[in-house]
Amino acid sequence: MSVPPAEASSALAAYTQGLAAASRSVFLFVVFGTYVGIGALAHDLGFSLPWALATTLLVWAAPNQVILISALGAHMAPLAAALAVSLSGVRLLPMVVSLLPLVKTPAVRTRNLLVPAHFTAISVWVEGLRLLPGVARARRIAFYNGLGTGILASACAGTAAGFTLAANLPVLFAAGLLFLTPASFLVSVYNSSRLAIDRLALGLGLAVGAALALANVAFDLVWTGVIAGTLAFVVDRVRKARA
Amino acid sequence: MSADLSPWLLLLLVGFLPNEIWRLIGVVLARGLDESAGAVVWVRAVATGVLGGVIMRIVLIPPGALASVPLPVRLGALALGFAGYRLVRRSPFAGIAIGEAALLIGTLLFG
Repeated sequence: MSVPPAEASSALAAYTQGLAAASRSVFLFVVFGTYVGIGALAHDLGFSLPWALATTLLVWAAPNQVILISALGAHMAPLAAALAVSLSGVRLLPMVVSLLPLVKTPAVRTRNLLVPAHFTAISVWVEGLRLLPGVARARRIAFYNGLGTGILASACAGTAAGFTLAANLPVLFAAGLLFLTPASFLVSVYNSSRLAIDRLALGLGLAVGAALALANVAFDLVWTGVIAGTLAFVVDRVRKARA
Repeated sequence: MSADLSPWLLLLLVGFLPNEIWRLIGVVLARGLDESAGAVVWVRAVATGVLGGVIMRIVLIPPGALASVPLPVRLGALALGFAGYRLVRRSPFAGIAIGEAALLIGTLLFG
């Protein structure tokens, strides 16, 4: 666990502290590796490097980019592809809703929340929830933007590296890159969850998610989130009421 | 594929907008909520539950090259990665490295 950063004297100092926190994050490596896989996929399906980098900057959600690139590469109908991307993107909604109250001040303007909302992807969200409580509230948006910039920069570097190396990636290595996502989510979400309710929600999400994925249920991730999250919430409330 | 405009238009219409809309709705819904509100605690639990679902979905129904790794190796590597994290100073880095090593060695032995 890293030490909470000292109070920053300015927004720029807080932004720099966010960048420094990104440079110490395990996600710097995880995201780089994951995006090597995405850059290679974009190359193999005939897209250009600027286009691949633009998906990283604009979409900024690895599983959704895999869906986007594979769907367009396979010439899927645009509407069907958009629907597939959007279904996978629903998970960003609860992440943004649970993050923004942590960075807001009463005086904040909505437009100042658009950049932190865009930076919100699993990696930045997990690190944000872990580190933000140690940052002065007035500096949290700048800190979070710095954190997001650092991790997104690593993703862009990974995209470019994967695009360049694509032809030389052995299958087992490519499999290892794809495995980075589940392996890193599991340990880092567990590691950053200080509350019993978070661990409970994660464990229930694994169990319910496995059952619904195997049963081939439509919208399985949405149902998994609602069922696991609600159960964890109710159990947590009951426990606290008894204590 | 890079010379014409259509991949760029597709990126905006199929990639960016259908995805970003959820972040924007999130900004609107988060208005007026503070972090201790019951609704925010519940939404955070939902977001965490979804992550559990994403993890199992990728391991059970793997995309691309990961499908070439046998299912028991994928599940075993996930479990070993978590065990490694618990055993080695609760370091996420150690957990991920052990999980990846288990995946590669397991595939070479049993793949």
